Amino acid sequence: MTVLMDTDSWLRAAGGGLLIGLAAALMIIFNGRIAGVSGALGGLLLDPVPGERRWRSLFLGGMVLGALLLTTAVTSLPPAQLQTGWLGMAAAGLIVGYGTRMGSGCTSGHGVCGIARLSPRSIVATLTFMAFGVATVFVIRHLSGAAA
Amino acid sequence: MKIALVALLAGLLFGAGLALGGMTNPAKVVAFLDVGGRWDPSLAFVMGSALLVTFPVFAWVRRAGRPLLAERFQLPTKRDLDPQLLAGAALFGIGWGIAGLCPGPAIANLAAGSPEVLLFVVAMVAGMWLRDRTAAITG
Repeated sequence: MTVLMDTDSWLRAAGGGLLIGLAAALMIIFNGRIAGVSGALGGLLLDPVPGERRWRSLFLGGMVLGALLLTTAVTSLPPAQLQTGWLGMAAAGLIVGYGTRMGSGCTSGHGVCGIARLSPRSIVATLTFMAFGVATVFVIRHLSGAAA
Repeated sequence: MKIALVALLAGLLFGAGLALGGMTNPAKVVAFLDVGGRWDPSLAFVMGSALLVTFPVFAWVRRAGRPLLAERFQLPTKRDLDPQLLAGAALFGIGWGIAGLCPGPAIANLAAGSPEVLLFVVAMVAGMWLRDRTAAITG
């Protein structure tokens, strides 16, 4: 194991985390809602509750716009590098959608909000998806013989 | 109206934070998960500093009677560690490891206009739909 030490990306990560924390804080303090992305997306498209449509679309649309504005403003960010091809993206998307719907949340709802709520379900879910993420990367990179 | 504006502002901050933090770059996410190889732990700081904000906020939520704009806090009500939680989180982790994208960064990444990311998001919605269709079988 080699640990990469890169001060710039550590600082950006900490700054990005603060913005994410602030977003989650606004949602719960003002709107009484968990800022969970898989929940907002699944709720918008699969549980059509009339009064919930607007905030969910604005939250998700705001995310796209916020990322666009940030990457336009901070040009020093490395461009996104995809890690798999069309088939991998389709399969991974399908599994992520199925899993987050089944497991009631993802990195935002369980990881950022649920852990802060001290929810045992969210703590267990976060440890589980982290562990399976690590194991999957290990298998793909170090066991399967695919390109490292 | 105010609730909608807060949601928009929160979305803007969330998307900007994901992009700034490096979460929208699948190479960065996979390097974070590559504990057995060249491990890049920087993304731990994203969750760490987000929690630095959300911990005191949710401590306030436990004491506060209601949110500032809505009638009540809408918090998850399930308490038990059921098999669905564990299986769902495990599946999610596998997909996360394959593509280096979780739902938030995938949505935020639509900004970059990559057709592969769009495919990921469409497949993700299909996966959620499939879960609802098969819930009667798998529990």
